[in-house]
Amino acid sequence: MSKSPNLFIPAAGGTVLILGLAYGISSREYGAATIESLETRVEQVEANAAVASATAQEKAEEAARLQSEIEQLAMTAATGTNLTQPAPSIEGTYGLGRMAVEEEIAAWDVDVLPDGRGLPEGRGDVYTGEEVFVEKCASCHGDFAEGVGNWPVLAGGFDTLADKDPVKTVGSYWPHLSTAWDYINRSMPFGEAGTLTADETYAIVAYIMYSNDMVDDDFELSHENFTDVEMHNSDGFVVDDRPELEYAQWRAEPCMTNCKPTVEITMRATFLDVTPEGGGESVMNHASADESPVFSTSADASNEDVADGGANGVDPALIAAGEGAFRQCKTCHEVGEGASNRTGPALNGMVGRTIGTVDGFRYSGVFQEASAAGTVWTEESLAAFLADPRGMMAGTRMSFRGVRDEADIAALIAYIQSFDE
Amino acid sequence: MDEFFKPSRRSFLRGSAAIAAGSVAGAASAQEADPLITELQDWASYTGVGVDETPYGLPIRFESDVVRRNVEWLTASPISSINFTPIHALEGTITPQGCAFERHHSGAIELTKDDYRLMINGLVDKPLVFTYSDLERLPRENHVYFCECAANTGMEWAGAQLNGAQFTHGMIHNMEYTGVPLRTLLREAGLETAGDLSDKWVYVEGADASSNGRSIPMEKALDDVLVAFKANGEALRMEHGYPVRLVVPGWEGNLWVKWLRRIEVTDMAVGSREETSKYTDVYEDGTARKWTWVMDAKSVITSPSPQMPITHGAGPLVISGLAWSGHGQITRVDVSKDGGITWETARLGKQGDTKALTRFYLDTDWTGDPMLLQSRAMDETGYVQPTKNQLREVRGENAVYHNNCIQTWFVNEEGIAENVEVS
Repeated sequence: MSKSPNLFIPAAGGTVLILGLAYGISSREYGAATIESLETRVEQVEANAAVASATAQEKAEEAARLQSEIEQLAMTAATGTNLTQPAPSIEGTYGLGRMAVEEEIAAWDVDVLPDGRGLPEGRGDVYTGEEVFVEKCASCHGDFAEGVGNWPVLAGGFDTLADKDPVKTVGSYWPHLSTAWDYINRSMPFGEAGTLTADETYAIVAYIMYSNDMVDDDFELSHENFTDVEMHNSDGFVVDDRPELEYAQWRAEPCMTNCKPTVEITMRATFLDVTPEGGGESVMNHASADESPVFSTSADASNEDVADGGANGVDPALIAAGEGAFRQCKTCHEVGEGASNRTGPALNGMVGRTIGTVDGFRYSGVFQEASAAGTVWTEESLAAFLADPRGMMAGTRMSFRGVRDEADIAALIAYIQSFDE
Repeated sequence: MDEFFKPSRRSFLRGSAAIAAGSVAGAASAQEADPLITELQDWASYTGVGVDETPYGLPIRFESDVVRRNVEWLTASPISSINFTPIHALEGTITPQGCAFERHHSGAIELTKDDYRLMINGLVDKPLVFTYSDLERLPRENHVYFCECAANTGMEWAGAQLNGAQFTHGMIHNMEYTGVPLRTLLREAGLETAGDLSDKWVYVEGADASSNGRSIPMEKALDDVLVAFKANGEALRMEHGYPVRLVVPGWEGNLWVKWLRRIEVTDMAVGSREETSKYTDVYEDGTARKWTWVMDAKSVITSPSPQMPITHGAGPLVISGLAWSGHGQITRVDVSKDGGITWETARLGKQGDTKALTRFYLDTDWTGDPMLLQSRAMDETGYVQPTKNQLREVRGENAVYHNNCIQTWFVNEEGIAENVEVS
């Protein structure tokens, strides 16, 4: 609104000026005709002034409208929807940053491209490479680049790429040799990155090539023969083809009802027991692998044909069932050969032993009391404890709610009993 | 065999009866007066902590389980490893920096702003070096984006493995970044020398010992990539690349180079270790996909989930989850309680963020019967999050990265949830 007077004033001011001039002229002794014609002029001027005034009014209104639109947009911007702009891009530059000097670029720009650009001059043979590798690399990657523990395997794995667990090594998988040189030069050895000389890097790469049966033991790698090397899997890669193979199919209206007749659980994480502490806590531990629901389109889902778990009597099948059920105990307890105390005590020879007497385990008060009283674990007391640990041994630190299924309890006892002290 | 594993009509009725009984009891029974209300509590009587106690606060100690967790067997050393955001315990969409997952290839380093240098070289008109304070003088933008590791859910290819949304889907975080568009810096160095930009790349590299480097097509570099120095309003955390990291919206986390020290304009992809030997997807016949940068639409129910069981029994239940897409906005999320037979469209917490986490809710009335909970995201391209079997049909089971399958939680009658796979 504040803008409207600005627009209005020039138009009105002009009119006043013209009118003033007209009246000034009419006050002199001119002829009637002149006066008449002047009066006509005045009328014309007044008419023009009226038009100008109307136009000015229109402009003012338009300005007011625009102004209110701006105000509205500003409001919307304030409430978070629009008027946001990307950072401005200007015609020239901001002139920030300084020129990098050659020495700096040389120090940092050391990456090597697949066509060999970026390689420094140098050379190294397999023998030297083995020496350097054993000294600087083998503690993680093994003397023969076979990998130690979870550290990367660098050699072998040819013809495993289509297997269940492909072994992806420099030999079997990497499409460019430059990648090996570049990575070793910049990022290895782990914990001492950037300390290798160019010759050492050539030698290590030569040794890794040898470990992958790519070259003989008298081979020397250098900047001169580097690009002659052919990689086993250089043609093994395709550029992302999800747009054709996946997006084309999966950009479609999805099903909402009766999308399939039945649904069954085919795999459960609980039985893998690989979740670290802090994961879902002993979830579903009452369940056995057989106890999975079947969901179906009708509410009358039936899984009557699911096997009834557990036989009776101590037989191998029961012990085997117990081994399965014991997975829920494994997080805290060990049993069997070499079993030791973990969060809970080792369970070898448990039935028939006095409660709370496993060497080296710190028991809670209730177990210490039972131990002092000389109470012995029997099949019955163990069954009661497994069914309701806190009910039977109030104050136990064992954070486990108990085994619901009697068959599982019998199986567990049979399994635990199968291991002597 | 426990009866309650059968979601029969009988148990359905029993469940309803329980709700009815419960609500009546809740309303009518005159329970004993709650001493938390009737008795004077210490906190209502004694004074609390002063304003000079904690110059920079951490969550109250009762929330100490809401932390990043590591899966030890995954990697050889925690120095070159990953941990997981506790997404099961968070709400809304913004991930607090202190519990946002970390992925390092050679450990998190301490680099000061004063020691920070950013070089732009290669096919540019004038190679430049920027200091941290130079970056602060260039026009900056704010955007919320998710950062997801390409390996998120990677352990689940062969079958249900880890019991918790934190472990199955926690390689993700979502923050508001402040930074300078990469295109501004590239223009500062000048791209005349590069000529035709359509086949050019930028190679981005970190300052840490791993010198993690990735090649990014120039088109993306000039689009929405940010050179970021703030997240959620404060400086980046050390573990997220303090003082400067790259933000590559919608693309796999490995490209979001931390401690960014160099940007090189090149005429081909460098073929670095992380873009050849890693972050490539091996398929059933042994061939591999490369340059699979975009993270496709994905979602997961964060509660209930194995770490977030239902503890209140039947009745009103909020099913809460997260959805995201590297292709843009999430437009819809459907939730199924029966393993994908029927679906209901969920409510989106807030719409409109592109390449950012979207919160979804299904406000429901739990019968108390077992559920097979699933969520299915759709994005602005019309893409529908696939099932694990759909993915396997195309890719087999040998892939590690880019598993965006529909996740299933089995919730039993007690409200305990478990990671399962269904037919």
